Amino acid sequence: MSENDYLPGAQVPDARGYFGAYGGRFIPEALIAAVEQVADEYEKAKNDPAFLAELDLLLKDYTGRPSPLTDVHRFSAEAGGARVLLKREDLNHTGSHKINNVLGQALLTRRMGKTRIIAETGAGQHGVATATACALFGFECTIYMGEVDTERQALNVARMRMLGAEVVAVKSGSRTLKDAINEAFRDWVANVDTTHYLFGTVAGPHPFPAMVRDFHRVIGIEARAQVLERTGRLPDAVVACVGGGSNAMGIFHEFIPDAGVRLIGCEAAGEGAETPRHAATLTKGDPGVLHGARTYVLQDEDGQTIESHSISAGLDYPGVGPEHAWLKDTGRAEYRPVTDDEAMQALRLLSRTEGIIPAIESAHALAGALVLGRELGPEAVILVSLSGRGDKDMHTAAQYFDLYDSEGK
Amino acid sequence: MSSKLSAVLAAAKAENRAALIGYLPAGFPSIEGGIRAVRALIEGGCDIVEVGLPHSDPVLDGPTIQTADDIALRGGVRIKDVLRTVQEVADSAPEAAVLVMTYWNPVDRYGVARFAADLAAAGGAGVILPDLPVEESEEWRKAAGEHGLDTVFVVAPSSKDKRLAEVTAAGSGFVYAAAVMGVTGSRAQVGSMAQDLVARTRATTDLPVCVGLGVSTAAQATEVAGFADGVIVGSAFVQRILDAGQDEEAALAAVRALAADLAQGVRRR
Repeated sequence: MSENDYLPGAQVPDARGYFGAYGGRFIPEALIAAVEQVADEYEKAKNDPAFLAELDLLLKDYTGRPSPLTDVHRFSAEAGGARVLLKREDLNHTGSHKINNVLGQALLTRRMGKTRIIAETGAGQHGVATATACALFGFECTIYMGEVDTERQALNVARMRMLGAEVVAVKSGSRTLKDAINEAFRDWVANVDTTHYLFGTVAGPHPFPAMVRDFHRVIGIEARAQVLERTGRLPDAVVACVGGGSNAMGIFHEFIPDAGVRLIGCEAAGEGAETPRHAATLTKGDPGVLHGARTYVLQDEDGQTIESHSISAGLDYPGVGPEHAWLKDTGRAEYRPVTDDEAMQALRLLSRTEGIIPAIESAHALAGALVLGRELGPEAVILVSLSGRGDKDMHTAAQYFDLYDSEGK
Repeated sequence: MSSKLSAVLAAAKAENRAALIGYLPAGFPSIEGGIRAVRALIEGGCDIVEVGLPHSDPVLDGPTIQTADDIALRGGVRIKDVLRTVQEVADSAPEAAVLVMTYWNPVDRYGVARFAADLAAAGGAGVILPDLPVEESEEWRKAAGEHGLDTVFVVAPSSKDKRLAEVTAAGSGFVYAAAVMGVTGSRAQVGSMAQDLVARTRATTDLPVCVGLGVSTAAQATEVAGFADGVIVGSAFVQRILDAGQDEEAALAAVRALAADLAQGVRRR
């Protein structure tokens, strides 16, 4: 886990946690000691063969890694004939990529001697993965989730409670992921002696962006080798959805030195990036500070955060990880908006052409791949991060496509 | 050169008492009502006032101040209104020091140099920036220094001694010692951590050390005044205004009465 210098001369993040102009540590004094402890312990752990061996074993025997790479021929026909390959993070235990990071941080929590874990969750995938690890390790667990999200992802609320976690519905602000993070920070400040905040994405104060990315790098490392083995070459593009950006950073990172591979992040454009109701932070936001890091933020001219909107709870966030901000500014990655409707159509298309029901989050990447495939043509190879499965989204999808009262069109 | 803030704290010390520092967010319960409420803090006996800049994501605030920030933002408060609040209070109460307490992003967005210049022009004495740690503060401190503004840093019970020295070396005016680990809001007990933190902080600096977080009653003010140079009260004032509902006169009277009560408290040590 030390392959950090992927641009000539650049070690990112630097010692203060900066990716270019983005990142850093904008947190209250009360949390400085705890965040430094996480950073110190992570530095030790990532160089400790015993830690890495235990994590590898968990990823193999508990998560089920490596996750498969699936050729989707019938879906590819709709993508201009380009060959689309899905990296199947949906087949991990708990149903998404989130478990990769959670197991790493759970081991770290045990090393730090803490006994309680808190986490935020949007779609509930990070919450379910965290509740799962807490059950496995015997930690007390509290999950903060916006009230809007507890309603639209009710299945995951039940899963977390089944696993023994306390789920707190957050009623402040926009009652979505942003506010769940606020509430988790408030808990952490008060209980930091016993509690680790198991942050779920590549955002937040240093070292979280780099650490969470490192725990997800396995996605890209596996996928790069699998694509080479399967096709004999590198893909033309790697496509992933971006909310906070953890699955995207995980699959992008290994490809960053491969200059010929385009890295494309699909942001949630909600009702349209030109409307006020979207979550396209990199497309429409401006640099600012949110949740401990300098990054792109949807904000007004007074620096107040603007509420985001997306049909996908996991992408409904007005910030984004600082490494994505840096990849955007350097031009190494591109970020495209995908609307609610484009994502939902892609969700249904993959379901009906391949028998794979993706999460709405991941469907944003699929929609991006459909457009990209038509741009690149049939010779292209496109790797898509299928970050999660769609079981949790069936209520939303059933309402969207009127599945409860009659069969879909 | 002694700053306005240092002078006010020195005056309290000369009276052999702790200073009383009151907090209210600007724009709460309304922009004009907020100006009157901050004035009421001073009329009641606060030596120093902190004018809060309401924020959409107040991660260090408990439910009371979150509610006030929500009301202020829904009422349309802008940064220019916060600065006008500072100006009107400073103009009408030249004896008091007026600080702004704000999360970092509004300052970052407004422009660091511009905010420092405009705050100084409004008569502000300095700032408290609770989510801007020393490591990220260099640009701000440079701008603040150019405009004669103090930068008050927060220290916490979790701050180790070495770090306390780094934080207090960077700050000016006073050091804000957080009495407890947690967000803003009244607590039944101030806690023994505060006294220990003040002692550890004093070992690193000659700056006055003022204690906040959880202090709401005159008895607590007296207790804290026994070991600190200043007593900071916020949520209790906000709660008085919330309790008064639509009755602004009652709200202002309650704020004045609590300030007067606390002002007696800090003189009883």
